[in-house]
Amino acid sequence: MNNFDFSTTLGNAFFNTPIFTASGCASSGKELAQFFDLRDIGAVVTKSVMNKPRYGRPTPRMAETPSGMLNSIGLQGPGIDAFLASDVPWLIEQKSRVIVSIAGETVEEYATLARKVRSVSGISALEVNISCPNVENRGLVFACDPDASRRVIDGVRRTIGGEIPIIAKLSPDVTNLPDIARGVVDAGADGLALINTVLGMVINIDSMRPHLGGKTGGLSGPAIRPVAVRAIYQVHAALPNVPILGMGGVTSGRDALELILAGASGVSVGTASFGNPLAVIEIQRELRELLIAKGFPTLKSAIGYAHRVESQ
Amino acid sequence: MSQINRSAAQMNATVLSNKRVGQYHQIVFGIGDLVKSCRPGNFVAIKVGGDSSRMILRRAFAISRVAESVSFGGTMELIVAPHGAGSKWLCSQAEGAEVDMVAPLGTAFGIPTQQVKALLVGGGYGSAPLFGLAEVLKARGCKVDMLLGASTGGKIYAPMEGKRSVNSLKIYTEDGSMGETGRVTEPIKALIQSREVDVIYSCGPMGMLSAISALVEGSDVVHQCAVEEAMACGIGICMTCVLPVMGEGGKIAMLRSCIDGPVMDGSQVQWQMVGQVPEVSP
Repeated sequence: MNNFDFSTTLGNAFFNTPIFTASGCASSGKELAQFFDLRDIGAVVTKSVMNKPRYGRPTPRMAETPSGMLNSIGLQGPGIDAFLASDVPWLIEQKSRVIVSIAGETVEEYATLARKVRSVSGISALEVNISCPNVENRGLVFACDPDASRRVIDGVRRTIGGEIPIIAKLSPDVTNLPDIARGVVDAGADGLALINTVLGMVINIDSMRPHLGGKTGGLSGPAIRPVAVRAIYQVHAALPNVPILGMGGVTSGRDALELILAGASGVSVGTASFGNPLAVIEIQRELRELLIAKGFPTLKSAIGYAHRVESQ
Repeated sequence: MSQINRSAAQMNATVLSNKRVGQYHQIVFGIGDLVKSCRPGNFVAIKVGGDSSRMILRRAFAISRVAESVSFGGTMELIVAPHGAGSKWLCSQAEGAEVDMVAPLGTAFGIPTQQVKALLVGGGYGSAPLFGLAEVLKARGCKVDMLLGASTGGKIYAPMEGKRSVNSLKIYTEDGSMGETGRVTEPIKALIQSREVDVIYSCGPMGMLSAISALVEGSDVVHQCAVEEAMACGIGICMTCVLPVMGEGGKIAMLRSCIDGPVMDGSQVQWQMVGQVPEVSP
């Protein structure tokens, strides 16, 4: 079936396929370009960038855990100006679709970042990462506070206008995720990215201290996939018309289909790329084959299919 | 196309032999034409544990040496210490087994165009890539002296055939069970002062690399070291394996040891700051 409609949309942005990289798991695309053609996937979601260059957290920054890993990078990056001057033009030159992910420490920083992103053409969507767990102060995890989440998205929405869709990236580490989701959608988010990593910790039993330099880290990989499926299912049930970019431990086409059935319009592949540089392209191929084998006429017809009410 | 990972490919490599050598395993893989892209200093990333493994990350190993033979095509040797669950799994792979490998990765040792006096310093099984390097240097007409050190004799990796590619080999163990008693760094100061060495190539624990950098400071000796930092991906996308390195304009950068290393200029690595980040913003 060469004519299978694999396309998807997030707000007003159109993508040929629903498989993307995940922010923080593909840097800015150059590293993976050796392994597959970036044009062949839905989009490259770039590593969350802040306004200023940033060193991030001290090493060790990584601990492998059963079917997963903790990372504690702390948003190391070149800063938005250098990023927009070199990384984005390179991606556009490759004819890759680009979703830029931004992270800030204040509501104002997010607005500044959005203004700078707006000045560059060729970007398909803006991911607003309000849920990075690797910051010094948990109070800065905007996505844990409904009011702070709304203020960030409101500020970005006012700055960026209606040109490119805003996707708010949320944390599963909250009591009432649909409430937070509703808040950011009311404030102007066009879509939601679910889920960011889950806050975790490993203690080294030799040193008998937290293993990571930053003490806590974000848990990712197959270990968190059921958390992602639950989060996407809950939010899609509450907000069926809001597109969701799903992510969390997807390592196969089967896993991607699970997130789509729960309600995701697109799926990002993150940690799987660490273990397999070809993961994104292989998962994309498997998903396409699986959708056809299951008899779906289009990708879109599978989105949220797990919520269907059987006719009597 | 990007320059990063430009020679790297994912492949299924066949285990041609797997022998125990002291506390290590010497494993030879058939890797075909990929051998042509492998340079001393490069490393490989291997998927471990099989398809149903709960270990999701590849394990990185320095390439010990590569060869091209008529009967096996391109072959690659790795020296593996069965430390953790991943390396133990690899050491248990029998002849004929296939492993999922991404290779070659990272920077390589710089090979001088002139016939220099090279000193190769290895700690523990960090000596493995130095024998392949020694062959290349020897072929260029360099004088190649080697110092190997470990806590105890069982942790020294020094194969018989490897000794042929060096002019001299001295072994140091901390417990005196093999070679001289003491640390491998002890004779280096005198060698630098008597101008017996132009370039030091080192591979081993970070403490050893740091100590050599301190000994070299203030001299004309170039120090190329292969660093070791915990990695998740090996291809530059996870940002976990960073080290503070002095960059252009006197600014410290947190560089990835997988793509800006593993071979780095020892004089640029900010050894005292490993495990920290600079207090001021970049």
